Amino acid sequence: MLENLDALLLARLQFAFTISFHIVLPAFTIGLASYLFVLNALWLITKRQVYEELFEFWKTIFAVAFGMGVVSGIVMSYQFGTNWSQFSDKVGPVIGPLMGYEVLTAFFLEAGFLGVMLFGFHRVGHGLHLFATGMVALGTLLSATWILAANSWMQTPAGFGVNEAGQFVPLDWWAIIFTPSFPYRFVHMVLAAYLTTALVVGACGAWHLLRGGAPRRSSTMFVMAMGMVAVVTPLQILAGDQHGLNTLEHQPAKVMAMEGHFDSHPDGAPLILFGLPDQKNKRVDYAISIPGLSSLILKHGWKEPLAGLDTIPDELEPPVAVVFWSFRIMVGLGMAMLLLGLWSAVAWWRGRLTTDRWLHRAAVVMGPSGFLAILAGWITTEVGRQPYTVYGHLLTAESVSPIAAPAVAVSLLAFIAVYFFVFGAGIFYIVRLMARLPAEPEEEVLDKGPVRTAGITPGPAQGTPQGDTHGH
Amino acid sequence: MGIDLAFIWAFLIAFAVLAYVVMDGFDLGIGILFPFFREKRDRDTMMNTVAPVWDGNETWLVMGGGGLMAVFPLAYATVLTALYVPLIAMLLGLIFRGVAFEFRWRTKRWLPVWDWGFCVGSTVAAFSQGIALGALIEGIPVADRAYAGGWWNWLTPFSVATGISLVIGYALLGATWLVLKTTDDLAARAREIARPATYLTLLGMGVFSLWTPLIGPHYLGRWLSFPAVIFSVLVPLLVLACVAVIISGLNRQKDAPPFLAALGLFVLGFAGIGISFYPYIVPPSLTIQQAAAPHASLAFLLVGALVLIPIILAYTAYAYWVFRGKVRPGEGYH
Repeated sequence: MLENLDALLLARLQFAFTISFHIVLPAFTIGLASYLFVLNALWLITKRQVYEELFEFWKTIFAVAFGMGVVSGIVMSYQFGTNWSQFSDKVGPVIGPLMGYEVLTAFFLEAGFLGVMLFGFHRVGHGLHLFATGMVALGTLLSATWILAANSWMQTPAGFGVNEAGQFVPLDWWAIIFTPSFPYRFVHMVLAAYLTTALVVGACGAWHLLRGGAPRRSSTMFVMAMGMVAVVTPLQILAGDQHGLNTLEHQPAKVMAMEGHFDSHPDGAPLILFGLPDQKNKRVDYAISIPGLSSLILKHGWKEPLAGLDTIPDELEPPVAVVFWSFRIMVGLGMAMLLLGLWSAVAWWRGRLTTDRWLHRAAVVMGPSGFLAILAGWITTEVGRQPYTVYGHLLTAESVSPIAAPAVAVSLLAFIAVYFFVFGAGIFYIVRLMARLPAEPEEEVLDKGPVRTAGITPGPAQGTPQGDTHGH
Repeated sequence: MGIDLAFIWAFLIAFAVLAYVVMDGFDLGIGILFPFFREKRDRDTMMNTVAPVWDGNETWLVMGGGGLMAVFPLAYATVLTALYVPLIAMLLGLIFRGVAFEFRWRTKRWLPVWDWGFCVGSTVAAFSQGIALGALIEGIPVADRAYAGGWWNWLTPFSVATGISLVIGYALLGATWLVLKTTDDLAARAREIARPATYLTLLGMGVFSLWTPLIGPHYLGRWLSFPAVIFSVLVPLLVLACVAVIISGLNRQKDAPPFLAALGLFVLGFAGIGISFYPYIVPPSLTIQQAAAPHASLAFLLVGALVLIPIILAYTAYAYWVFRGKVRPGEGYH
């Protein structure tokens, strides 16, 4: 019994670890693929050199991130069988086809056109190259659609029955794909991907503006990125609020954990800003709270009643402290993004967007905030639906493989070692690529007089010797 | 319903796995062959021959895995648990070789590290896949809808032999691919390697064919039953014909025939394994019927597969067409 429990905990840790590393990569590439498509299209329409240069610059970074996303994604597609075989057997008939469609409509599309997008610039026409970039971007979005449909079904299952072998059997595919939480989850995730990418691009532009290199490219990407942040952050906060209301309706225990509500509040629940949840004694220590505000946000009335975890059997409660804190980290980062967006909007209004150095410093600091917010948000939603894998129908303990604990322990250690080594190196290369922005020839040369001889091609591969210009 | 969807799906999953083996086989082979090419310039060129297509090749592995979960969930659950260790090793190997495609162009100091990662990762992935095949042929015990063996059952002399054979087979695919895609010294060196690799692959297939009935006498019965017996007689002859095409192609400095004939060897071997397995999907425990998902799952995904797979094959062919022809040293892709 104890050994089974250990294997279960190890399998959960392994899944949490591998998916946490994986999820930030697709989130970044979803946003970056769309950004590259926009840059490519802008270049074809306006013929302005700066868009082509930015396309080349971000294309190389995209290639590195995409490669890491592919290999960490292959791990995910096999982990269901290796570590969660009972889950696969029982749930495979329902979510398996959704993942099958993800492979057929998204992965092949991305992979098939990625080669043309990265290496085919001089082998196909400009229109076809733009088409390939568009297909890669479309593929990333289709992938998000299917995987979020599968995840949403696990959170708010619908349209299924159970057969005599204990398998979930599909009855209504429309209901399975469009579960009650799917539209909210999809919008929230795709906006998160766009916002994350905008924050990275903005930080990169701000960094180079601060250092005074390549002002034309730096300011173009900074302006584009901050425009995104200013517009998308309020939308994202609205989407998150709606997603929360949806969760309250379908997974109330998750919201109770997010809010730290151990007790029911018949006359209006307080919003706990900070505190230390103590699940054993069912209370939040040192709580700083605003009376009635939680009821106002969730039920649109100060005095509305809100049920607490006292209405849920102890063994079906999610781990409160993790969900409570991860939710606060996500919301806190979201508020910081809102401030950054407002600050940028005001600076733009005053014509100081590309000269306000404190704004640039803030944008650099906020560069990784999207990734952190995504991780915190995923921890909130995934830990919050424990102890179930299929909410209300299949317990996590009934999902695991009958595999010995040492096997899971060894593979977990191997994944930790390999991921930190390999993806650590990858992140280092991406940061270094972002930090290198070669001096600008071309247009500015014409403005300021001849500084450089002709024949120097702009682009990120410029500094590398011949034969090393792969990915250009 | 007149047609049994489970058999159509068994065929489609087999097709996906075969597509994976022949496509990723040659690009894993490139990695396996790295130690035979010491010059950085050669290694750059070798990698550039597969850089635009490796990702698509590997997607067939995700198709095989993800598809299996959708349509044969019980087979997916039991086989992946039984092959826990080799599959985790394969995944870790694929990580190292996958990232090497980008990482080795992003650093000078760590170039040897990613060259090593590309080579060892490719070899480990190939060896693990061979081990998995061998262990599957030896049989996976299933009780109560779950794998009923230990986590070291996969390690046997037979599975190690299939592992080694597959590494050699992929090296042959890689070498003949290089003959097709490269020029001058590099192609000549690939030709030198392809010859012994052909004979070793033939040896591996021979040992495999003689050893299989010894570990599972039912396989022999299966081979000698009608109509499989026609195939059992034809396959060895066709294998020898492929070997003859490879060797004569190499001798006469032909580009395409050795690669195509090497692919032929894999298709023949794969068809032989498929015939041996039938009607099981997890021998000797689960038949195709027993492991199949409910009809609604099979039908829903089949509609998409029948529409989308031809489209996928079309744009995959287009991607290969865009990057057709020889890759010259230092050329890269511009």
